[in-house]
Formats: sequence, structure tokens, C-alpha cells
Amino acid sequence: MADAHGTVAEHAEHSPHLRHHFDDMAQQFDSATLGMWVFLLTEIMFFGGMFGAYTVYRGMYPEAFASTSQFMNPFYGALNTAVLIVSSLTMALAVRASRLGEQKMLQLFLILTMIFGLAFLVIKGFEYHEHWVDMKVPIIGGHWNYSEFPQFARQAQIMFCFYFFMTGFHALHMVVGLGLMTTIFVMAKRGTFSSSYFTPVEISGLYWHFVDIVWIFLFPLLYLIGRTKKLI
Amino acid sequence: MHEIPSVRTYVIIWAILTTMTFVTYYVAQVELGAWNIVVALLIAFFKMMLVILFFMNVKAESPLTKLFAGAGFFWMILLLGQFFIDYVSRGWMPEGKLW
Repeated sequence: MADAHGTVAEHAEHSPHLRHHFDDMAQQFDSATLGMWVFLLTEIMFFGGMFGAYTVYRGMYPEAFASTSQFMNPFYGALNTAVLIVSSLTMALAVRASRLGEQKMLQLFLILTMIFGLAFLVIKGFEYHEHWVDMKVPIIGGHWNYSEFPQFARQAQIMFCFYFFMTGFHALHMVVGLGLMTTIFVMAKRGTFSSSYFTPVEISGLYWHFVDIVWIFLFPLLYLIGRTKKLI
Repeated sequence: MHEIPSVRTYVIIWAILTTMTFVTYYVAQVELGAWNIVVALLIAFFKMMLVILFFMNVKAESPLTKLFAGAGFFWMILLLGQFFIDYVSRGWMPEGKLW
């Protein structure tokens, strides 16, 4: 300890979580946050491509896209939006608890976040099942019947492709998020975090909120189009 | 590092977000013509800003992080803006009933 140049002394002076290429914990934290945002930018580009393509095709076939809303269940959509928003609240509270060093609260809120995340996927599964029963799944080989609006039968397939790809990739992100939460929960159980080290909780939270934001846009774009038109 | 927001703040933001979800659900059933999509997207944008500023706490992050978060918007505006310029100006869209 007395030797200021020795490695023992160096480690004794700072948190064991501080990597040596950072000046202090604050700088390390800011770097990790910025890095996560760079990753989220690539995610914006990933989903942005799908939103862009959706924009073009919806502009081309507005009536066909509107007709698909008859086979969406906006109640499930709204319910899932509410469930995700609650999960974002519990996630934010988990991050808050980790900053304050409240380990029990952190674990509780992580579990709540996972429960709401799972609830979202279960509801989504019910919806997919409804589409399957409705014959509204345009897969190769065709589980597709659009006899309600035969004039839109081909164009509506495009919309349902967008629907399944966008919600499917979103659901995949939810599964990844649940994996992250499980990891963070195990780390929290092992006592990794403290009020001076909570970076993994924070950046996993950023990811979770991002997935929530994607859904905030998917909900009106996929479920709430053409609801004022009574086509049937 | 940053000041820690209160539970009250988070709960208020959650209440606004949930309320806006119901608002967007009901407004979608009112005939507003082309404005339906505008209102829906404005509400979604407002909800996104609340999540980013408060839940993701970008409000309290470093200017560099704010810049990067803002770059995401900028990129999306470029992408969608260019789509509109291209497709609308070429007259590929059906007239009068864009949405």
C-alpha cells in the first residue's frame, strides 16, 4: 500500500470495476453510455429501413393497407403498448434503484420488467394465432385468404409481410431484452452492482427503452390505419 | 454522476404515456382524413421524446450523447424525407389519397 507506483496501491485507490484506460468512474460511465447510443443508432437504421419501405408501399396502396386494419386487433395492440410502457417504468425504477445502491429493489424491478416483457410476448403470440386462424399469413405455399376484399388480395399481402417482419423483429428484440435482463438479474444477485457501479444496468435499460420506442411507432402504423372506414 | 430523478417524476411520465396511448387509440376512430396519420405520428413522437428524455435520462447526459441521440432523428428525417421527395415528385403515388 505504501508504494504509490505498485499495482497493489493503484488498485486500492479506485473501484475494482474501473478499467485502467479510463480516468475515473464518471468518464467510464459516459463512454459506456455513448457506446450504447452508437449501437442504438445502428438499430435505428435497421428498423428505419423497414419503416421507410413501409412508407413507400403504404403511399402506393393506401386503400389496400387500410383494408388490413379489419383483421388487426387494436385492443391487443393498445394493451401491449400499455404493458410495454409499464415495463419501461419498472426498468427506469430498476436503474434508479441500482444508482441508489438498493439491491433488493433493483432485483424486484428487474423481475417485474421481465414479467411485463413476457406478458407482451404472450399477447403477441395470441395475436399471431388469430392471424393464422384468419388465414392472414402470406408465407410461401400460402396460408392466405383475402376473399373479404378480393380486389386487394395481392397488395394486402405486402402489408401483412411488413406486419410480420416488423412485429417479428420487434419480438426478437424483446427476447434479446429478456436475455439481457436475466443476465443483469444474475449479476445483481451476485452483488456485482453498487451505487458507484451500475453501468450494465443503465445501458441494458437504454436498450429496453429503445425497443419500447419502436413499438410506440409500430402501434399506430400497423393497428390504427383506416379504422374510421367501415369496409365490411 | 448525474442527479437521480424521483419516483414521482417516473410515475408522472408513465401516466402521461399511458394516457397518450388511449388518446391515440380513440383519435384513430375519428374521421380526420389525411390528418389521422399526422395526429397519430405526432402523438408517437411526443411519447418517444418523453421516453428518451426521462426514462432514458438523455436530459441529464453529456452533450456528446445528446448529439448522438439527435443524429438518429436526423438520419430518419433524411431517409423518410428523401423517400417522399423521390416518390411524390415522380407522380408514382395515387393522387389525392396519399394515406
